[in-house]
Amino acid sequence: MSEFLRALATQGFLQNAVLAGLLASLGCGVMGSYVVVKRIAFLAGGIAHAVLGGMGVAYYLGASPMAGALVAALAAALLIGTVNLRWRQHEDTLISALWAVGMAVGIVFISRTPGYNVDLMSYLFGNILMVDRTQLATMAVLDGCILVLVLMFHRQLLAVAFDEEFARLRGVNVELFTLLLLCMAALTVVLLIQVVGLILVIALLTLPAAIASQYAGSLGRMMVLASVLGAVFTFAGLAASYGPDLPAGATIILVAGGAYLLSTFLGAPLRRRWRRSP
Amino acid sequence: MSAAPAIRLEHVGFDYGGPPVLEDVNLDVERGAFLGLVGPNGGGKSTLLKLVLGLIEPTRGRVIVLGEPPGMRRAALGYVPQFAHFQRDFPISVSDMVLQGRLGHSRGAGRYRRDDREAATRAMVQAHIADAAGRRLGTLSGGQLQRALIARALVDSPEILLLDEPTANIDLGAEEGIFDLLKTLHETLTIVVVSHDIGFISRYVTRVACLNRRLVCHDTSVVGGKIVETLYGEPMRRIDHDSRLDPRGRP
Repeated sequence: MSEFLRALATQGFLQNAVLAGLLASLGCGVMGSYVVVKRIAFLAGGIAHAVLGGMGVAYYLGASPMAGALVAALAAALLIGTVNLRWRQHEDTLISALWAVGMAVGIVFISRTPGYNVDLMSYLFGNILMVDRTQLATMAVLDGCILVLVLMFHRQLLAVAFDEEFARLRGVNVELFTLLLLCMAALTVVLLIQVVGLILVIALLTLPAAIASQYAGSLGRMMVLASVLGAVFTFAGLAASYGPDLPAGATIILVAGGAYLLSTFLGAPLRRRWRRSP
Repeated sequence: MSAAPAIRLEHVGFDYGGPPVLEDVNLDVERGAFLGLVGPNGGGKSTLLKLVLGLIEPTRGRVIVLGEPPGMRRAALGYVPQFAHFQRDFPISVSDMVLQGRLGHSRGAGRYRRDDREAATRAMVQAHIADAAGRRLGTLSGGQLQRALIARALVDSPEILLLDEPTANIDLGAEEGIFDLLKTLHETLTIVVVSHDIGFISRYVTRVACLNRRLVCHDTSVVGGKIVETLYGEPMRRIDHDSRLDPRGRP
């Protein structure tokens, strides 16, 4: 740990990595809370994996993979949202298909791209140690977009997450806000891919929020707690991976998963005390 | 205009793409009525409520709410959905849930306004749940949750209150409490309550309609054994719910 802190003081790439973790945890706490309470982790997983298609195409065309990821994520969110709203009976089949087809498109395009295919692994599992200034700026902008939208439409998003039918009866445009919610989840996925890669995104999106839901009495408090937990997990995972040179993304997920297990099985007495105090 | 009944169904038929759920239903609910809608499970009671709310369109016939097509007067309808319609462990407080009833009133971006919060407080007082305003939904008893849902339906000052099985999952004492509350609300509201429990609601309502795909009866009198037989297709033993709990909790 002290070795990590000494390195952090001097190494620019580590400072960038910590900053990336902090920026990612903001999005993961806020949007992860919606994903957990609305139980759309499967939908978010579909978006995350379909993103590889966009990254592959962008890579093939020589464009920025992050731009490709952004376009693919938003397209996948709209497609999956439409499936969720129109063909709910076949939702699981259609989303599984989109999930796999998106990845297949990405793999084909990456294989056709001349050169060394080292980037595939970093798309799949993330490479937080390679995050540069431009990516940090993009992450900050994505965070900003998400926060502004949540502050503006928190009431509608909460109503749609809690009771769609009642929201519709009170004149809320359920279709619009469901799609908005999924698009915001898509932005978060792109944010988190920088840190843990698209395969592990779903864990970082759900685990901090799932732990927070065990203690928080409102969605707002759940978001704050989940963001703090996300920041702690990314920092701890980064620090733990540094000495033994473990993959950072995977270590972060293991820390989050361990914390979730601990909280679920050992946190019960603590929860009771929290719940009693208003 | 004032002559229009609160709810009118004319030859209404509905199916979900299979066998008919409702067939040739004709029903007038006059303003100020307290209608109990009873019938077996799958008899189309909840479907009828959804038609009145305008959540679904009738396959045949037409539905008129306060003289207009159902979708037009949604603000005038307060709706209490069936129990366990949403997740009980959702991190939301009673007052935040009740405020959602104001979404049609205060649209657009931003937070709820002061008058929304005042309306929510009034509705919670009316439904006798104000002392639990800050509590998380998952910590409420069945009866308290039902009161919170009624407060959410009342918060935007509806003219008609529609309740779907409001006492399905709560104990007898709480059930009486809910119906006493509805009786008070009936002084100013038209109420339609869906229930499978004929005996119990007949003590409170001004009128009973029995639904089993068709409207079997719509009488003001107490539902007798003969009608129960037509409705459920076999002789059934009626249990009168006049028994009250003694202080030790035994009937």
